[in-house]
Amino acid sequence: MPILEAKNLTYTYSIGTPFEKTAVDHVDLEIGQGEFIGIIGHTGSGKSTLMQMMNGLLKPTEGTVLLDGKDIWEKGADRRAVRFQVGLVFQYPEYQLFEETVYKDIAFGPKNMGLDEQEIDRRVRETAEAVGLREELLQKSPYALSGGQKRRAAIAGVMAMEPRVLILDEPCAGLDPKGRMKILTQLHDYHKRTGCTVMLVSHSMEDVAKYVSKLLVLSHAKVVAFDSPSAVFADGDRLEEMGLALPQVTRIFHALRAKGITVPDEVYTVKYGAEHLLALLREGGGQC
Amino acid sequence: MLKDITLGQYFPLDSVVHRMDARFKIIITMLYLVMLFWGQHVISLIAGFVFLILALICSKIPPKMPVRSIKPILPVLIFTGTLNFFAMKGGTIYWQWKFLSVSSQGIQTSAFMIVRICLLIMGTSLLTYTTSPIALTDAIESLLSPLKKLNMPVHALAMMMTIALRFIPTLIEETDKIMSAQKARGADMESGGLIQRVHALVPILIPLMVSAFRRAEELALAMECRCYHGGEGRTRLRELKSGMRDYIALGITLLLLAAVIVGNILLSRT
Ligand SMILES: Nc1ncnc2c1ncn2[C@@H]1O[C@H](COP(=O)(O)OP(=O)(O)O)[C@@H](O)[C@H]1O
Ligand SMILES: [Mg+2]
Repeated sequence: MPILEAKNLTYTYSIGTPFEKTAVDHVDLEIGQGEFIGIIGHTGSGKSTLMQMMNGLLKPTEGTVLLDGKDIWEKGADRRAVRFQVGLVFQYPEYQLFEETVYKDIAFGPKNMGLDEQEIDRRVRETAEAVGLREELLQKSPYALSGGQKRRAAIAGVMAMEPRVLILDEPCAGLDPKGRMKILTQLHDYHKRTGCTVMLVSHSMEDVAKYVSKLLVLSHAKVVAFDSPSAVFADGDRLEEMGLALPQVTRIFHALRAKGITVPDEVYTVKYGAEHLLALLREGGGQC
Repeated sequence: MLKDITLGQYFPLDSVVHRMDARFKIIITMLYLVMLFWGQHVISLIAGFVFLILALICSKIPPKMPVRSIKPILPVLIFTGTLNFFAMKGGTIYWQWKFLSVSSQGIQTSAFMIVRICLLIMGTSLLTYTTSPIALTDAIESLLSPLKKLNMPVHALAMMMTIALRFIPTLIEETDKIMSAQKARGADMESGGLIQRVHALVPILIPLMVSAFRRAEELALAMECRCYHGGEGRTRLRELKSGMRDYIALGITLLLLAAVIVGNILLSRT
């Protein structure tokens, strides 16, 4: 059984005014246990809205969300409990830091869950380590950290609830390439170590393609693809039409194919691409 | 959600009323208020109603919008209406119990008051529906500019108002976002006693303050970078311009007002 399911999910903002806007339009999804899913789509395609419905923060205009097969909008359902199981890290999460110390801020979630001191302490230290925050930073004010550190402290604050599904809305937005890589590799490690389901929202293919097991492509409030990265990238022209840039290496391989060189069209990591090119060269392919 | 609060919301459409000079719209709205509150004769209400219908047609605003604007004050209306209804004595008395009574005058007064307040709210909300907040403050500044001679900082006040208006939606949006983010971490804002609820506000107020200060600093810096130094010698991008339609609208309003005044004098004598 899928851990998280969207059924006919629809959300319309400002109903009945001239600003009416359907941000998510009849979306059906099944998220399997332990998957690492990348969600891409241009700005305004409805990614954030969809994610906020997945953990019950926004009430769908139509359709519903199922967690473990149970409707989270059923009468009497405990949506606070749902949010502990489906953790959501908002875009620019550093703006939500508020405690005196980083330690207390990371502990905010677990405390709300009603855990005891010892368990909270374990979780805070473990997640701080997972996101690469040194021990001595924990007693500092969150406002004294650097931008990247703040971001990671905020992510730790959600991780510390040990949700079964971790959703991150553009966790790399506005960071430099080094900070981006750091967060992405840490997420990858976290996923491997805990085996929890991760959903990573991004508008950059480059960032997500390397790590994810499945890609969900949104465009104009609708799902246009939900498949393995290689299958999604094989249909590259359609993505480019929607204004989504393919990873550089994929674009190179598509260009090679257009020139009549027989290379696969679903290359999306440099390593895989290099292997293919080397094999081709070794064959002594006269075409090159 | 917080966002659904319509606080003097602007309704961007393309209509004659939208294109009118904001200064005239303010003056006309004031004349409309005078019209409504002039005298005790029902002709004020009829004229007000005519004015409202005319304005509504010209502005292309869907009629349900001004009707919706009454909703927030509905409890007040019902309360004072009932009070007038039962407490007034005069004219024919239909029913009486202790100090409560239903009289012809009571019915008349409460109906009169309710209609008057409804017209008042709908008319003034039409002003904010058809005028952008920026145009409104520009117009207020222009109308108040004679006060500059008395050393009143009219420009600074108008600028403060413009900035405040500009940032209300931003801050509401931000509050919404921070609330959602803290709810995602299990913050509980809906249950508990008073102290618990006040306590639950801390995770929202602190980030909100921090971000408001950050925005203020950024805005000040940006204004300085563009050499803002107060109102002296400052020209406008959008000049307030009045034209034929403004004078026509003012003329119609004045005619209605005159009709009300004359009607009141003539009709209340008989
Ligand atoms: N609070 C809101 N009120 C009104 N419209 C909104 C709101 N949030 C988002 N939208 C609109 O919904 C659409 C989808 O937005 P969003 O889910 O934030 O997209 P994304 O995260 O993919 O950039 C956009 O067109 C946006 O303008
Ligand atoms: Mg977004």
